[in-house]
Amino acid sequence: MRKKLAESGLKGWLYLLPAILFLGVFMVYPLIDVFIYSFEEGYNSASQTYFGVGWYNYSYVLHDPYFLQAVKNTFILVIITVPLSTGLALLISVGLSSIKPLRELFQTIYFLPYVTNTLAVGLVFMILFKKTAYTDGMINLLIQLFGGSSVDFIDGPYWAKMFVLCLYTIWVVMPFKILILTSALSSVNQVYYNAAKVDGTSKLRTFMRITLPMISPMIFYLVITGFIGAFKAYSDAVALFGTNLNAAEMNTIVGYVYDMLYGDSGGYPSYASAAAIILFSIVLTITCINLLISKKNVHY
Amino acid sequence: MEVVLQNLTKKFPSRDRKKREDVVAVDNFTFTIPDGKLIGLLGPSGCGKSTTLNLISGLIKPTGGRIFFGKDDVTDLPPENRGIGLVFQNYALYPHLTVKQNILFPLENLKGKDKLSKSEMLAKAYEAAKLVQIEELMERKPGELSGGQQQRVAIARALVKMPRVLLLDEPLSNLDARLRLQTREEIRRIQRETGITTIFVTHDQEEAMSISDMIVVMKDGVVQQIGKPQDVYDSPANLFVAKFLGTPPINLFEGQVKENRLYIGEDAVLKIKGVEEQKVFVGVRPEGFRLQEDGPFCCELSGIEVMGRDISVVSRNKASLNASIRAIVGAEHLGKIGGGYVGDADPDRSEEGVFTGESAPVEEKAVATPVRFALNPGKVFLFNRETEERIHFEV
Repeated sequence: MRKKLAESGLKGWLYLLPAILFLGVFMVYPLIDVFIYSFEEGYNSASQTYFGVGWYNYSYVLHDPYFLQAVKNTFILVIITVPLSTGLALLISVGLSSIKPLRELFQTIYFLPYVTNTLAVGLVFMILFKKTAYTDGMINLLIQLFGGSSVDFIDGPYWAKMFVLCLYTIWVVMPFKILILTSALSSVNQVYYNAAKVDGTSKLRTFMRITLPMISPMIFYLVITGFIGAFKAYSDAVALFGTNLNAAEMNTIVGYVYDMLYGDSGGYPSYASAAAIILFSIVLTITCINLLISKKNVHY
Repeated sequence: MEVVLQNLTKKFPSRDRKKREDVVAVDNFTFTIPDGKLIGLLGPSGCGKSTTLNLISGLIKPTGGRIFFGKDDVTDLPPENRGIGLVFQNYALYPHLTVKQNILFPLENLKGKDKLSKSEMLAKAYEAAKLVQIEELMERKPGELSGGQQQRVAIARALVKMPRVLLLDEPLSNLDARLRLQTREEIRRIQRETGITTIFVTHDQEEAMSISDMIVVMKDGVVQQIGKPQDVYDSPANLFVAKFLGTPPINLFEGQVKENRLYIGEDAVLKIKGVEEQKVFVGVRPEGFRLQEDGPFCCELSGIEVMGRDISVVSRNKASLNASIRAIVGAEHLGKIGGGYVGDADPDRSEEGVFTGESAPVEEKAVATPVRFALNPGKVFLFNRETEERIHFEV
């Protein structure tokens, strides 16, 4: 009997082997490797040698003004875009669920950005916002129309660039959120709304006390993935401001990691690894906080 | 509160665009529900009974006609201003709120002069909970309750505002058989204690008959008959009502009235007066048969089902519109019937694979055993072949 059990256990592992192998080689091993790299001081990728083991890489990265700039940018991006995009998506989804005619058309329109290439969208944003020798760009023309003075959103002041980056990010991540939330809203049984109606519940109270709790698992999912996604932002900044993000003061943490590996100042896998591990611990902390908050407010 | 429905009509636009005709769910209802009574709206699925309930609740607006609660015309009032409590078929308890929060929910919506203090609300909630006997479940979530308990919570939530009219949509359909019996008595008790006019919808005639003060039998959006359950059972207005009420169902035959006699097939089963000669449908309640050796009505015995108190004699007749005729007689007749035991009481027989669950097949016996009945005229109903309306007769 015992032998049989052992055998069946073995069988189970055998079935898992392909997945474990794949995950081990392409996920676990690189993760451990990054962790090791981050502690190897003065690592030379050409000769594969290093001087010693210690915290120097972390100390360097944490004192690098470019990294601090990237952390600041990333945090601003996260704090602005995650709540705004989720809130807006919720508003739009509620609007979409309460209209009948043209609902499918609007759903399609709102979903279009999701299937559009990031760089193409970036290009469109450039055309909208960029100031060139020939034109100030669409948005600036509008600003001028209302009596304001034009701003260079792409090469101008920090706040203007951050504004464009946030706007761009929100616009790109919204379709998916709208898709998830509209389906979550439509899955709420109509009978609860009828019950609320019979009891004379106001629209706002119905939304706060019934709709929101009922779709809270989906909102929670969107917030968690939203945080993680925003912390990993990189391509959006590149699409808008080009590859030299440090010069544009628009670098993100992932961007910094890339630069350390491949950029003009690149070739430092140890620094890149240290930055990546720092990002990992930030995301881990935020996700844990999210989970703690969700315990109280999410109803499954 | 008396509820008056006046020419109430609800039409739904047809889904099929080619057919311009609307679907009439409720067709010109006029009846009065007396104050403080328990009323059962009864009918097969799709007969418009739930639509009627929703019209009374205000969740849907009628196409025509008026609804009065007492003297008030509530036809144009939204549900929250009608003073109704509604218990949904699947209870619609808010799953993320505790039982207490669920019951408090309607009270928390009150505004203006009706607004209650926290302690008043709690007192009312506990009062309602006590009425349905769920005080010890107040801190639980609906998901942690059994179906019967959820039902009670739903009733408590509907009652907590002391509605003028309580509406229950198929209140027992999600419960198992035992709980159903218990809960229907519970509904009866709660209705008696509160004295609130209560209307409930069901497709189960037994359920409706057992607890209602009055039943309203419906078919295809049209009221067939309104009355006390026993009266409706004893005197159905038409063939549909006769067929719909009673378990086992009424036995139907093709018959004929000739020379003041009622014929079923070749047998002159009753002497009757006051009916013109014509072809009719004959309905005989299962309890309307009497075993009698020289009885006028002859059938072929196909089996006997023993139910303890009674036995059910299953037989056949060419004129029968049902597959088999079911007569219920006292168990003391068991020995007297020619075939003796033929039912599922014989274990060997059921193992041979010929047992159909209903009764043993007649092929088992080389010659069909005849069984003769006399009929109790009070349990025999005649119906017009075309209109299916009841034809009254005298004995």
